[in-house]
Amino acid sequence: MGFATSVALGLAGLFAIAWLMRAGARAMFAGSARAIAHDMPLTAAFGILVIGVYAAVAIAAPALAPFPEREIVGGQFQAWSAAHPLGTDRIGRDMLSRLIYGARNTVGIAFATTALAFVVGAVLGLWAALVGGWLDQGLSRFVDALMAIPALIFSLLLLTIFGTSVITLILVIAAVDATRVFRLARAVAQGIVVMDYIEAAKLRGEGSWFLIRREILPNAMAPLVAEFGLRFCFVFLSISSLSFLGLGIQPPTADWGSMVKDNATLITFGDVTPLLPAGCIALLTVAVNFVVDWQLHRASGLKEQ
Amino acid sequence: MAREILLKIEGLRIEGRAGDGWTEIVKGIDLTLHKGEVLGLIGESGAGKSTVGLAAMGFARDGCRITGGSIMFDGIDLRTAPEPQRRALRGARIAYVAQSAAASFNPAHKLIDQYCEAPVIHAVMDRARAEHDAIDLYRRMQLPNPEDIGFRYPHQVSGGQLQRAMTAMAMACRPDLIIFDEPTTALDVTTQIEVLAAIRDIVRQFDTAAIYITHDLAVVAQAADRIKVLLRGQEVEEAPTRTMLAAPREDYTRSLWAVRSFARPEQPPPTDAPILSVRNVTAAYGKVAVLEDVSFDIHPGRTIAIVGESGSGKSTAARVITGLLPPKSGAVLFEGKPLPPALKGRKREQLRQVQMIYQMADTALNPKLRLRELIGRPAQMYLGLEGKALETRVRDLLDLIELDPDTYIDRLPGELSGGQKQRIGIARALAAEPKVIICDEVTSALDQIVQEGILKLLTRLQDEFRLAYMFITHDLATVRAIADDVVVMQKGRVIEQGPKARMFTPPHEPYTELLLSSVPEMDPDWLTRLLDRRAALPG
Repeated sequence: MGFATSVALGLAGLFAIAWLMRAGARAMFAGSARAIAHDMPLTAAFGILVIGVYAAVAIAAPALAPFPEREIVGGQFQAWSAAHPLGTDRIGRDMLSRLIYGARNTVGIAFATTALAFVVGAVLGLWAALVGGWLDQGLSRFVDALMAIPALIFSLLLLTIFGTSVITLILVIAAVDATRVFRLARAVAQGIVVMDYIEAAKLRGEGSWFLIRREILPNAMAPLVAEFGLRFCFVFLSISSLSFLGLGIQPPTADWGSMVKDNATLITFGDVTPLLPAGCIALLTVAVNFVVDWQLHRASGLKEQ
Repeated sequence: MAREILLKIEGLRIEGRAGDGWTEIVKGIDLTLHKGEVLGLIGESGAGKSTVGLAAMGFARDGCRITGGSIMFDGIDLRTAPEPQRRALRGARIAYVAQSAAASFNPAHKLIDQYCEAPVIHAVMDRARAEHDAIDLYRRMQLPNPEDIGFRYPHQVSGGQLQRAMTAMAMACRPDLIIFDEPTTALDVTTQIEVLAAIRDIVRQFDTAAIYITHDLAVVAQAADRIKVLLRGQEVEEAPTRTMLAAPREDYTRSLWAVRSFARPEQPPPTDAPILSVRNVTAAYGKVAVLEDVSFDIHPGRTIAIVGESGSGKSTAARVITGLLPPKSGAVLFEGKPLPPALKGRKREQLRQVQMIYQMADTALNPKLRLRELIGRPAQMYLGLEGKALETRVRDLLDLIELDPDTYIDRLPGELSGGQKQRIGIARALAAEPKVIICDEVTSALDQIVQEGILKLLTRLQDEFRLAYMFITHDLATVRAIADDVVVMQKGRVIEQGPKARMFTPPHEPYTELLLSSVPEMDPDWLTRLLDRRAALPG
C-alpha cells in the first residue's frame, strides 16, 4: 500500500510543481512566450516538466547514480535498503543506478531513432509529393516494398547482417519507422501542394528545398507532430522486443526493457521493483503525448470546445 | 400581405467565441415572415446574415450560442423546444440551401438517394413516391434529363445544376420555410440567372416562405418581397423591395448601390508598344484543347479584362503567360522578346516582371507564415533586400495597401478579414516591383463594399506605378468599372476584343450580348423582362 500511496503522492507533487512552473512562466515572460504559457494546459506543463527531469537525469547520470552502471556491488536480488534504495538485480548490480543510466541509454536511443526517422521520412515524403511523377513513384514503391516485410523480421535481418552496435540499432529502427513517416508526410503534403500558395511560390522561382521547408512543412506539422508522439512510444517497444531477442541494447548496458525482463521473477514474490523501469517508460510516454497533444492543438489551430 | 405570421424573431442575440471570451455578433434582430413571403437578408460579410438564417431553424453554429430573444415558428418556440422536436422540424418544415452545393452534397451518394433521405426519415412519403416526386421537382427546376439526372453523383453535374438539385431537395417535404444562404454567389452570371429564375418559380408554385441571404442587392431584388439590410449584427432598415430600391432611407443602404457606380476615368488610347503580347497561342491539357489561336496585347498603365464564363479558357491564358502551361504553338512576348515557354526555362528577372494575384486569398497565402515573410519574400528574392532594408520595404508595402504596419506586420493570414487578405496578395505582387500583374477573379470572392475598396486600391497603384493589369473576371460590373480593353472568350477562343467603350456599345456578338444581359440590374422587374425577352427569341 505504501508504494501505491507514494506513487500517487509523487504524481500529485509533479502536477503541483508543473502548475507552479506555468504560473511562474506566466508571470515572468512577456510577449509571445507569455501568450504560449497562458494557453498551456496543465497536462502540457506536466509533460514538459517530466521530460525535463528525464533529460536532466540522462545528462547527469554519472553524478546522480550512487554506483557505476555495470559493476556488481552486492548480492543477488537484495531487498530495498539504505545502501541500495531499490535493491540489486539478479547478478547484484545496484537497481537505482541502472535505472538512472537506463534513462540515458533507452531514452537517448529512442529519441535519436525517432528524430532520425522523422527527418528522413518527412523530407522524402514531402519531396515526393512536391515533385510527383517518377520520383514519387520510385520512392513510394520502394517504401511499399519495405513495408511489405514485417518490421520485426526486417530489423532482425538487418541487425544480423550489420551487427548489433548502438549505431546500427538506431539506423535500422529509424529505417523501418521512416517508411511509416514517409507515407504520412506524403499523404498530408499531397493536399498541400495543390494550394495556390505553392503555385505562387513556384511562379516566384523558389527551389524545392525552400518549398519543402517554408511552404509545405509548416502546414504539415500538425499530423507529423501527432505521429511523432505515437512513433516515439513504438520505438520503445521495438527496442525492448529486440533486446528481448538478444539483438537490441547489449548487456551489460542498462536498458529499461531488458531490466523488466531480467528481474521479472521478483514479481512472483510480491516485489514491485521490476515494474519501476516499466513505470519509467509509461510515465515518459504519457508525458510526451501530453506535450504532443498540446502542440497538435496549437499547430492545427483547434480551439478547446 | 395580411397573411398569417409564420416566423417571428424578436430581439435575437447571438454570441460567437473570440479567443477566451464571447463577442456579440447578432445584436437584437427582429424579423417577421408571413406565409408565402420571401424576405431578402442583405449585408456585407460579418453582418451576421448567415447566423440569423441558421437561427431561424433554432440552430447555432459551433462556437456560437443564442443568448437572448425568441424565435417563434408557427407557434413553436424554437429556443425552448426540446432538440428532438426541433430536429423533426428541420428538413420537414424548415429547409436550408447552402452557398456551395458542391461542398454540401455528399460526394459518395447519388443525388436522388440524398433527395429521398429527408422525406423517408420524416415519414412524409415512402421511397418510391419520393423518387417519383424528385423527378417531378427536377423537371420543375428545369434540370436537363430530369428522369436520369438524379442517378448521377454530385461531381457528374455542373455547379448550377447542383444548386438547383439542392433547391429541389430542400422542397422534398414541401416545407413552409426555406433558407437560401447565398445560393448563387459562387456561380457565374449566365448560370446565376437560371438558378435564380428556378428558385423564384418554385417558391411561388408551392407558396413557400423563404429567407434569401445574399450580399448582392440586385440579385435579391429579383426574388424578394421585402428586404432587410443588416450591418454588424444590427438592422439598418427594412422595406418592401420596390420602396427600398426607389427610396432607401439610410446612407449605408445607399452605399450598397454606390459600388456599382465606381468607375476609372477613361484612358487615352495606347501610344507605346505593348509590354506583353500573347501571339496565336494554342494550348491543351493532354489531348483536350483549351485555348485556340488566342492573341491579345497588354499595354503599360492599362487594364485588359478577360471575360467569359467558367471553362472559357481565361484562367488557362494566365497559366500560359506565367509558364505553368507551355503552349502547343504560339508565343508570349515580353517587351517584344519571346519568353521561354516553360516556367523552368525562365530567368528570375523574367519571373519578377509578371506577378499574379489569386481569386481565393485563403488558399493563395500560406496560413503559417507571418505577413513579414509573406510580403518580404519576393523583395528578398528578387531585389536582394535583407535585414533593415527588407523590414522598411515591407512596412512601405503595408502602407501602400492601407494597412498599419505596426499592427499587422507580425500577423498570420488567419487573423485578417477577406478583404485584408486580398490586399496582402496585392502587396506580395507589388513587392517584386513587376510591370504586369495578372488578377485572377480577385474580387469575386468578396462582397461589394470590400470589392470597391480593392478596385480603388488597384486603380491607385496602377496610376502610381504604371502597372499593366490583366484582369480575369466573369463580373461585367467590375469590367465596366476598371477595364480599358476587353477580351471576350468562349470555349477557348477569343470571340471579340477591343476598347471598353466599343465593347459596351451595341451591336454585340451574340455571346457578348448574352453575358451583358445576364448582369443583374437594380430593378425588381429585370429578371421577368429578361426571361420574357429570351423566351420570345427564336431558338
